[in-house]
Amino acid sequence: MEPRPVALKVLDWLSVILLLIASYLTLFWAPTEAVMGNVQRVFYFHVAAGWVGMIGFLLAVFSGIMYLIKSDMKWDIIGLAGIEVGLVFSLINIVTGAIWARPIWNTWWTWDPRLVTATVMELVYVAYLMLRQGIEDPERRARFGAIYAILGFVSVPLSFLSIRIWRTIHPVVIGSNDPGAEGTFDMTADMQTAFFFSLFTFTVFGVALLWHRIRIGRLQDKVERKKMELMS
Amino acid sequence: MLEQVEQTRIKVQTSFWKAMWAVVWKDLAAERRSREMLSAMLTFSLLVVIIFNFSLDLNPSIQREVTGGLLWVTFTFAGTLGLNRSMAIEKDRGCLDGLLLAPVDRSAVYFGKVIGNLIFMFVVEVIVLPIFSIFYNVNLFNWGLLAVIFLGSIGYVVVGTLFSTMTVQTRSRDMLLPIITFPVVFPLIVAAARATTFILQGQPMDLIWPSINLMIAFDAIYAAGAYLLFDFVVEE
Repeated sequence: MEPRPVALKVLDWLSVILLLIASYLTLFWAPTEAVMGNVQRVFYFHVAAGWVGMIGFLLAVFSGIMYLIKSDMKWDIIGLAGIEVGLVFSLINIVTGAIWARPIWNTWWTWDPRLVTATVMELVYVAYLMLRQGIEDPERRARFGAIYAILGFVSVPLSFLSIRIWRTIHPVVIGSNDPGAEGTFDMTADMQTAFFFSLFTFTVFGVALLWHRIRIGRLQDKVERKKMELMS
Repeated sequence: MLEQVEQTRIKVQTSFWKAMWAVVWKDLAAERRSREMLSAMLTFSLLVVIIFNFSLDLNPSIQREVTGGLLWVTFTFAGTLGLNRSMAIEKDRGCLDGLLLAPVDRSAVYFGKVIGNLIFMFVVEVIVLPIFSIFYNVNLFNWGLLAVIFLGSIGYVVVGTLFSTMTVQTRSRDMLLPIITFPVVFPLIVAAARATTFILQGQPMDLIWPSINLMIAFDAIYAAGAYLLFDFVVEE
């Protein structure tokens, strides 16, 4: 067993400390939103989780392309890590969104383009994991995984377009809003501080988890190789 | 010396079109003799149509709004049956290895399979459409609708054929194909179902065009993607 690298240990502790501070900032320090009340505080972690999820999936697409070019197992391990971390964070994103939507939109769920696209994306990557599970040969598993990660991701923007005919009611806090958006608000300076701090925290946390997952992947790969050596 | 080898190789290599049509012809001949795939797809489609009618308890006013969706659900499910079968026969009897060993461009094999599957899909659609018309009392003979079905089937088969080549090489096989195909073809099926419903409702064309454009874009992107990636799928 290799010891955890020092940088990773630092990152772990940093994530814990940052998460504690971010929780304090978003739950107590940031002002309560005038119209929506306390439930608006979900927003800080909601956006941050969605952001990390997106980074994970983009990393997987990039690794997929790199794997097909280089056929290096390293890229498969990185891609899988990106998708697993991405899946967890997008799930947090969807669930926190639903919690916010219950009081604001008066429903847990609505067939809004943003919501459906996020869910279809989640399903694409669940399917990715199932596809991998069905393949024993590591090299083929990596190859099919790379192909599916690329083709699946292409479908995400198309899904958004395909349901875009309905106006979205999902608010856009940064950038311009759809006139039909419900539950939007303007951030005060303190809110912005809390928001960007959560974004930073989740990014650090996400990177730490990615690193751990890549490390586990490497160790798994090593164990598999040793097993093969012993058997042959 | 090397140049000579290269030249003979070029001579031996069958042209792309010839190879592609040979694969299509092989699929059609096999199906003409066994009739396994089409009969399964057709019976299944009929059952879906009937089950939908009773489980949704459709009255005429709702029917008009849901026919488009029902039609596409039927085609997608029936298509999965066909796609699974079409690749399973290649794999089970070792035909796939033979096809891949042939000195032809591998994408010719892929597009041959696509056209073969597309033909089966069209045959099923040609038979299911009039049945739908009768059962649900709507007129489905409309050039716009045929164009939508054409575009939708192409995209679905392009993705499905590529993925079924992947799933036959896995442990869980048939089970996996719909799971990995449906999330990816989701935008295509949504666009197709919406365009179909609008056409049946007699809506103006400017409402329908966005869906049709999306389907064209989907078909083009995935045909190009599959062309680029098929070699990786069958690489040994």
